[in-house]
Amino acid sequence: MTHVAIADQIEEDHEPTGFVRKYIWSQDHKVIAIQYAITAIFVGLIALVLSGMMRLQLGFPDSFSFIDPSSYLQFVTMHGMIMVIYLLTALLLGGFGNYLIPLMVGARDMVFPYLNMLSYWTYLLAVIVLVSSFFVTGGPTGAGWTLYPPQAILQGTPGAGKGIILMLVSLAIFIVAFTMGGLNYVTTVLQARTRGMTLMRMPLTIWGIFIATILGLLAFPALLVSAIMMLFDKLLGTSFFMPAIVSLGESLEFSGGSPILFQHLFWFFGHPEVYIVALPAFGMVSDVIATHARKNIFGYRMMVWAIVAIGGLSFVVWAHHMYVSGMNPYFGFFFATTTLIIAVPTALKVYNWVLTLWKGNIHLTVPMLFAIGFIFTFTHGGLTGLWLGNVVVDLPLSDTYFVVAHFHMVMGVSPVMVLFAAIYHWYPKITGRYFHNGLGKWHFWLTFLGTYAIYLPMHYLGFLGVPRRYFAMGDSNFIPESAYSLNASISVSAIIVGVVQLIFLFNIIYSLKYGKKAPANPWGATSLEWQTPDTPPRHGNWGKTLPVVHRWAYDFSVPGAKQDFIPQSVANEDVEMNDGSTFTGHKED
Amino acid sequence: MTTDKQQDQPNQLSQVEQESGMHSVVTDWAADKEVFNMPWGKLMMWIFLLSDTFIFSIFLTSYMNVRMTTTASWPSSSEVFALTIAGHHIPLLLIAIMTFILITSSGTMAMAVNFAYRGDKSKTFWLMLATALLGASFVGMQAFEWTKLIVDEGIRPWGNPMGAPQFGSIFFMITGFHGLHVSCGVIYLAIIANKVRKGDYDKKGFHIVEITGLYWHFVDLVWVFIFAFFYLW
Ligand code: HEM
Ligand SMILES: [Cu+2]
Repeated sequence: MTHVAIADQIEEDHEPTGFVRKYIWSQDHKVIAIQYAITAIFVGLIALVLSGMMRLQLGFPDSFSFIDPSSYLQFVTMHGMIMVIYLLTALLLGGFGNYLIPLMVGARDMVFPYLNMLSYWTYLLAVIVLVSSFFVTGGPTGAGWTLYPPQAILQGTPGAGKGIILMLVSLAIFIVAFTMGGLNYVTTVLQARTRGMTLMRMPLTIWGIFIATILGLLAFPALLVSAIMMLFDKLLGTSFFMPAIVSLGESLEFSGGSPILFQHLFWFFGHPEVYIVALPAFGMVSDVIATHARKNIFGYRMMVWAIVAIGGLSFVVWAHHMYVSGMNPYFGFFFATTTLIIAVPTALKVYNWVLTLWKGNIHLTVPMLFAIGFIFTFTHGGLTGLWLGNVVVDLPLSDTYFVVAHFHMVMGVSPVMVLFAAIYHWYPKITGRYFHNGLGKWHFWLTFLGTYAIYLPMHYLGFLGVPRRYFAMGDSNFIPESAYSLNASISVSAIIVGVVQLIFLFNIIYSLKYGKKAPANPWGATSLEWQTPDTPPRHGNWGKTLPVVHRWAYDFSVPGAKQDFIPQSVANEDVEMNDGSTFTGHKED
Repeated sequence: MTTDKQQDQPNQLSQVEQESGMHSVVTDWAADKEVFNMPWGKLMMWIFLLSDTFIFSIFLTSYMNVRMTTTASWPSSSEVFALTIAGHHIPLLLIAIMTFILITSSGTMAMAVNFAYRGDKSKTFWLMLATALLGASFVGMQAFEWTKLIVDEGIRPWGNPMGAPQFGSIFFMITGFHGLHVSCGVIYLAIIANKVRKGDYDKKGFHIVEITGLYWHFVDLVWVFIFAFFYLW
């Protein structure tokens, strides 16, 4: 028995009517994407406020009575976990993945819309469980976002009672939600593309999201298993991760478990997780750069293979997070090598972005500014990553502010830059209106410069040996007086950067109603989502007929063509040429 | 890359289908519309099973790690998992029966898929039901085994009289997780079997039976590994 490919199914979906079916229990990928995005931005704001509170304490020690050492640890933990999982992963894959995949590959929706809807509601449940841990006795867990046992579940760690349980349960629920969404994204990319859309004609955005989703489907199992095992250690008194321990003069019930096992499992998830947030960002930034520089992306095929290679390699580098764990030094050697190897495809991508800009017709629009900002922050964080990838360099720098600076540059600020670029870039398509350009520029410059004001000095603090996750530095005499004033200045910048995000929020909310009406394709972009019959696209995306793809997504500034871009859905015969001839195509890439 | 001729006739890309080997793989991946010639549900099940494979692999790797690093000695499997019948001490008897039942159920499942594609709904229904019943009896015997270990041998998730406490923890966790998979499979089979009987798939085709079968064979396959790692090591 054969089946019919989605691209050959002609009939249009029946559009649901009524507010609830349309906007709440919606199965439309675009609505689900927006639900994901709003929820993720909301928890992201909580995480932002938490970072502000930490900075208050670090910059102005003991001036704020509502922050004590335990609450500081809780803020660190919740800030880190929310930012990485509940904001970035959810917004990049649940938000942009959902919105862009069907539109960019020319499908009417995800292959299983109902499952997609469940994915969002399960994610919401995970968020509610997580946030509820702020309100239980003992508060949320303060074990650090890495949740290392044995301390994560032992008396003395903040939130070692209910907090850690809620955290683990919430993570497990999140993984279920991600799996439902992820299966959809992968199947849609593989099976539901429109006519002419080969894999090697997909925009890099889709490649990044596609590979990141596969990474998620293969990496989250490790987190799920370790969460289950730690829950058993906590609730049933098993000793998976718990060695024999003497606490306050009493020996505990545990014996013979392996805390190092948890670290391996956690980082087997944790390192690919870095790329789960980085790869979609890589993809989206490539498309933003090509569109706003009016130039084809440099080395499209190389970019695709680099994404695939990074995805594969990201599974064999995890123990570079464990150089100080006491594992076998030969392991350190192996993982240092793989870590440096993964830098090759990564650097290749950076070169290609820069080469795309080279001699391009660069429009310094707000999305482009953020994209260029990303190239800076990512290169910067990547270079410090090379340092930390080497065992001998990492040992003295481990657990200092140098590490905090490194990972914020590379996986905190950089994906956030791309998210801003992406939100501004696709805003006219999603809402049908322009955002306010001036406010957008203010938002960019204050955020970008503020970022450097925050994280550049942190590298120096790290060299001094200032440890991370510390509530206060105490009177250690290796820390000079200047570190304190530096900390105060970092904190002031952090508060400013935090407040500046209000400009962004104001801009996207205000422009929703008062923004100028945007045309269907304001940037002159080539990919399919800009060619929909309606803006914002309606249910079913394409009206009566699906688009047919004739070319790759990067036909910008084609010599001889009238316009400086040729959309993917335009056939060679239909390309208007300056001399009235017929466009005969050219080599892609 | 592609030449212009191909560009304008996207359909050609998917026409070349009879080729074999590496070349056809390349053609599939270079085609438009879809990579695999199968319904979405089936591909999605494959991908889900890949993800689930990672879950079980990580469980089993953790088991090996814990067993090698724990300080106390590991209980001997031929003693813990033995049945005493009429005064004879027979190692691995129960497990042998359980394994046999599960493998038989894979056989009935395969037959169900075969009959489904031939359109024989009633045979399909009965074979799926048989598969579900075999699965249910597997879960029942697992419950019996657990009861014996807990009541007679005093094994608990947090400790046991024979040695390393991790023995009970990891055993109950992994066999429990697998048992959960089997139980879900039984329910899944029952639902689909019933829908087949009612004729819900007459129009859509019977791919769903094969998809259910994929899940079921996977659960069986995982059991073979669990069997080898827990009972034979
Ligand atoms: C204005 C923006 C941000 C500020 C001011 C900020 C500030 C901080 C501070 C002060 C810490 C604690 C350092 C310590 O005591 O060890 C921290 C930790 C952390 N932050 Fe951020 N952060 C920001 C954005 C982000 C973003 C976007 C991410 C996303 C990846 C992120 C991820 C993390 C992680 C993973 C940790 C480590 C938590 C832990 O040690 O358990 N942060 N951040
Ligand atoms: Cu890493």
